[in-house]
Amino acid sequence: MKLTAVITCLLLGGMAFAGAGDGSWLRKVSEKDRARLNPLANDPDAIAAGAKIYAEHCAPCHGDNAEGKMQGRHYRPNLHSRRVKEATAGELFWLLTNGSLRNGMPSWSRFPKLERWQVVTYVKSLH
Amino acid sequence: MRRFRFRAVCRIAVLSFCAGLGSWPALLQAQESYFVTYSHQMEEPGNLEIAAKSVAGAPKGGNPFVATALEFEYGVNGWWTAELYLDGQTTIHESTVFTGFRVENRIRPLMREHWINPVLYFEFEDLNAADKALLEVVGHDTREDLILRNSRAEKEHEAELKLILSSNFEGWNVSENFIAEKDLGPFSWEFGYALGTSRPLALKASPNACNFCRENFALGAELYGGLGERHSFGLSETSHYIAPIVSWDIPRGPSIRFSPTFGLNRNSNGFLFRFMLSYEIDQFFSRVRGRQ
Repeated sequence: MKLTAVITCLLLGGMAFAGAGDGSWLRKVSEKDRARLNPLANDPDAIAAGAKIYAEHCAPCHGDNAEGKMQGRHYRPNLHSRRVKEATAGELFWLLTNGSLRNGMPSWSRFPKLERWQVVTYVKSLH
Repeated sequence: MRRFRFRAVCRIAVLSFCAGLGSWPALLQAQESYFVTYSHQMEEPGNLEIAAKSVAGAPKGGNPFVATALEFEYGVNGWWTAELYLDGQTTIHESTVFTGFRVENRIRPLMREHWINPVLYFEFEDLNAADKALLEVVGHDTREDLILRNSRAEKEHEAELKLILSSNFEGWNVSENFIAEKDLGPFSWEFGYALGTSRPLALKASPNACNFCRENFALGAELYGGLGERHSFGLSETSHYIAPIVSWDIPRGPSIRFSPTFGLNRNSNGFLFRFMLSYEIDQFFSRVRGRQ
């Protein structure tokens, strides 16, 4: 009985963990964060500046063309995906700020807010 | 005499910095804003950061020295960073010696960004008592510790715990570290603190590639010192330092930090000069395995 309970817990835990790598971070974003508007959406320089930051800090994992890639046993997500396309600017900003630490996505809160918005502008320009 | 000491420190600092620049291609950009204080910034998963953190000084009554801690920092995953430090030093009129190693782990218990972000730090160190890398000040550490001769054979085996609290707000980082260190011999707990703040010169990246853009530079300051021991807790009979920091992160290149450090009381060394050269290798093991 105990063994069954342990196995069930492990399976459920594993499923929850696997789910986290499947965009479950989206469920953690509050409505307020989700509705946040990109203050640089109309800034003509934001895409180029975001691309610059992307090339240095994001491309090593997500690839130069943001198409994602395998690293060891881990797949780093494709930023051209439908999930990213449908995500609001606020959701992407939330992800950059908080990361998804259990899934290998670091927090980029050390970058000033405007730089994070520049990256969001660049990622959105891919679609 | 004092002028001689100042000149000696400057000379050692310049020579060491030039030596660091000379090894530029071998060193590979890093994220640490401080020399002593830790923020909640973890190493990115899979990345290896190599850093040479040096401090030069000419303690009164002792010989001028340059001590370097060679740091290897690896991001095990998003919430766990492991580090190895190899310490060594050159002391004029004495010798150049390897003084020991430190192994540390930092764990971030909260998975999201908060106003204050805690990180738990665990370290084991096996060092020569004469080690002058000065990566923390604890207990009743004073400038007398900086004049111990390299040949001193006494070994220190210590465990160190830190509570790291750190916040990012409007481009500013503010970090506070509370340190508790215990010699694995018969000595009591020693305590220390480190506070740091820093901010990049620009809060928005420029659209053009440039090495000298303002966003690549940051200014900051650190304040650190001892808090005595378990039975003599307090700010007295120990040393305290204040240190402005200038940082330059060269895009796709190394990071460079300078920090003139000033002693704040008679137990502190009057002046120390710190400098650091660091580089980060993305996805280190993937590169080693040739899968990239």
